[in-house]
Amino acid sequence: MKVLWLQSGGCGGCTQSMLCSEPRSLFDELRDAGIEFLWHPALSVDSGEEALTILEDCAEGRLAFDALCIEGAMLRGPNGTGKFHLMAGSGRPLTEWVARLARHAKWVFAIGSCTAYGGFSANTPGNPLEACGLQFDEQTPGGLLGAGFQSSAGLPVINIAGCPTHPGWVVDTLEKAVLEGLTVADLDEYGRPLLYAGELVHHGCARNEFYEFKASAMKQSDLGCLMENLGCKGTQAHADCNLRPWNGSGSCLRGGFACIACTEPGFESPGHAFQETPKLAGIPIGLPTDMPKAWFVALAALSKSATPKRVRNNAVEDHPVVMPAVRKKGGGK
Amino acid sequence: MSRIVVGPFNRVEGDLEVSLDLEAGRIQSAQVNSPLFRGFEQIMVGRAPLDALAIVPRICGICSVAQSAAAASALAGAMGVVPTVNGKISRNLICATENLADHLTHFYLFFMPDFARPAYADRRWYPAVAQRFTAVKGDAAAEVLPARAGFLRMMGFLAGRWPHTLAIQPGGSTRAITAGERIRLLALLREFRGFVEKRLFGDSLAAVAQLASKDQLLAWADGRAGDFPAFLNAATDLGLDKLGRAYDAFLSYGAYGLFPAGTWQAGQAAAFDPVAIDEDTTSAWLAAGQPRHPAQGETIVDANKPDAYTWCKAPRYAGQPFEVGALARQVIAGHPLALDLIQRDGASVMARVVARLLELALVLPAMEGWVNALQPGEPFCAHGDMPEDASGTGLVEAARGSLGHWLSIRRGRIERYQIIAPTTWNFSPRDASNRPGPLEQALVGMPAGEGAPPTVQHVVRSFDPCMVCTVH
Ligand code: SF4
Ligand code: SF4
Repeated sequence: MKVLWLQSGGCGGCTQSMLCSEPRSLFDELRDAGIEFLWHPALSVDSGEEALTILEDCAEGRLAFDALCIEGAMLRGPNGTGKFHLMAGSGRPLTEWVARLARHAKWVFAIGSCTAYGGFSANTPGNPLEACGLQFDEQTPGGLLGAGFQSSAGLPVINIAGCPTHPGWVVDTLEKAVLEGLTVADLDEYGRPLLYAGELVHHGCARNEFYEFKASAMKQSDLGCLMENLGCKGTQAHADCNLRPWNGSGSCLRGGFACIACTEPGFESPGHAFQETPKLAGIPIGLPTDMPKAWFVALAALSKSATPKRVRNNAVEDHPVVMPAVRKKGGGK
Repeated sequence: MSRIVVGPFNRVEGDLEVSLDLEAGRIQSAQVNSPLFRGFEQIMVGRAPLDALAIVPRICGICSVAQSAAAASALAGAMGVVPTVNGKISRNLICATENLADHLTHFYLFFMPDFARPAYADRRWYPAVAQRFTAVKGDAAAEVLPARAGFLRMMGFLAGRWPHTLAIQPGGSTRAITAGERIRLLALLREFRGFVEKRLFGDSLAAVAQLASKDQLLAWADGRAGDFPAFLNAATDLGLDKLGRAYDAFLSYGAYGLFPAGTWQAGQAAAFDPVAIDEDTTSAWLAAGQPRHPAQGETIVDANKPDAYTWCKAPRYAGQPFEVGALARQVIAGHPLALDLIQRDGASVMARVVARLLELALVLPAMEGWVNALQPGEPFCAHGDMPEDASGTGLVEAARGSLGHWLSIRRGRIERYQIIAPTTWNFSPRDASNRPGPLEQALVGMPAGEGAPPTVQHVVRSFDPCMVCTVH
């Protein structure tokens, strides 16, 4: 699989994240799966004329490639000119390059939430950058390529959303495409591969015991569940962050801070401060999507009344202060 | 006189285009253009102050932690919060991990592959260097990625994930390290030290840290196996120790309590005065006006401004362009090797690379000390209230130099947020007095165009530019 990779209105973090791919060296992993970069702005040696020739040949259909990977939002402004991002050396808007190249790609991958849905660039008040995703404008289908776009493999844009994306999400999706193919059934309604978006961040969170008892963190660095007070969206965010570690052993929740649902369109403007949970009459709004609110409230009241002391006390400290009891053998009491 | 445009300039972070005016194959003048604008400063306006912690890391995926740390200290200033002892150590560790990983990535993936260009095929060092450093396919790439990923596991423990963590808070860190994890961190540092000593240096960190002059450095490298010696060998052969000098005016905000803040100009060290900074928009597609201190700064788009040629502002210190980065940090910290290099030849491609790798030798042992100093069980985060009206400044050192955030809060919302990134200093355009930025100056006089060796590439990459930061 020949991959052409371009970057636009993003931070380059998805590439940096991808280079953390584990356990094997990214380059070895990709090579053995038959995946190679035809050009990548951060990794290839060709620059200037040589690079533009590759891109022009691909855009004209003279040079074959399989996958177009785009990282960063599409900047259509000011006034539709695309001048906020001209491809260096070419004087032409990156949006124009992307539209021309997408016509020849078997698969188009949006790498990261900026590319998928518009990202922070689209969240400046009034969106003066006229930023959008490849096939979405936040939650609304459309974007640069249009709602009806299909790559030559008959698929919409595949949105490997995340800010940044986890290296495994990218590598596994590319390998799935090249080894087994991808179909629409492999994607959810926002175009995300189910291989990672079929889970919720809440699954496997190390704070699940605190969640069960609604033993909540009160302040940053507390061990308790971050949903009730500190803005955690883990019960609503589609991603396997707590099942597939980041950087060997981490995740946002293991790092002690709330999931801000960076894989969801529009996460940049949640309508409240990121690290606070908006509440109505003391009850968090934005409860788990699959659970009727009344049940949640009833269960929460019940579980709070049954919270073990260990869980209650540890929830509001940054390290465990009450250890799990050790049951003595024999003695019988 | 003829003009050529070099771009896309790859293996840098983000988008870069360089216009060169040539006379008889030599550069008469250079204009550096960042052809991308994102405008994060506007995104922040009207937000809850602590939202900056979630927004600013997204300015840059390569120094996202440095952005977090700058925001956290600006917010800490606004709140009057002082981080806990553990919190400070954690922040140092998190920032140092990112900075050192960045030096490593730059050397192996961005900088060295240029030596494998066919233009150098007849040099005696070429076969070995091409085998090791060819982009993506060279032996070194396959080796350095696992070393880098292994080292960034530090971030899994200390920050939850990298890039884009929310662990760094005004009062310290959300992630308290346990006694058991402290052992793991030490093991990760040892593992990384092993790679750096075996493959990069071919010697101990201590031996590299003690090199005190250019002569000692070259004598040390002579005949030694290791990637740094291989670089020194090729760089001397190509004269990169005399190439890429800008103004020899350096600035640092100081890092980790290990390297002090200061300036260095015309052979003189001086104290750093944060009031002396301002930003000029003469050559940027931004509304013109008098240069302003960033605490009063504005970023208003004027996309059709005549004579403008970039989205980058021109930061100046006491009205002068200054160079920032590892070399600046080490010169200001008075490291004898860095001082000797610039006193003999001025800032050069070689001096900049040497200073970055020197920081690996100096900072890794310090990190081991910091991990030992962590006190599991003691607080990692101090807490405080956000006032309705306040202002704050966050000055940190990212891998590639001085990064500043200036914010003000009114009625509980962010009223103004201005950022000056390291590459904004180094790749700044001309100011109102038509003075070129450091890179623009460094390119003057060099051969370029048809048939010229790829020296422009070396000079540009010696600054380790990060264009997404520049234009935030
Ligand atoms: S912190 Fe978030 S992800 Fe973890 S248990 Fe609580 S709600 Fe779920
Ligand atoms: S835990 Fe949430 S915010 Fe963190 S990476 Fe996963 S989806 Fe994004």
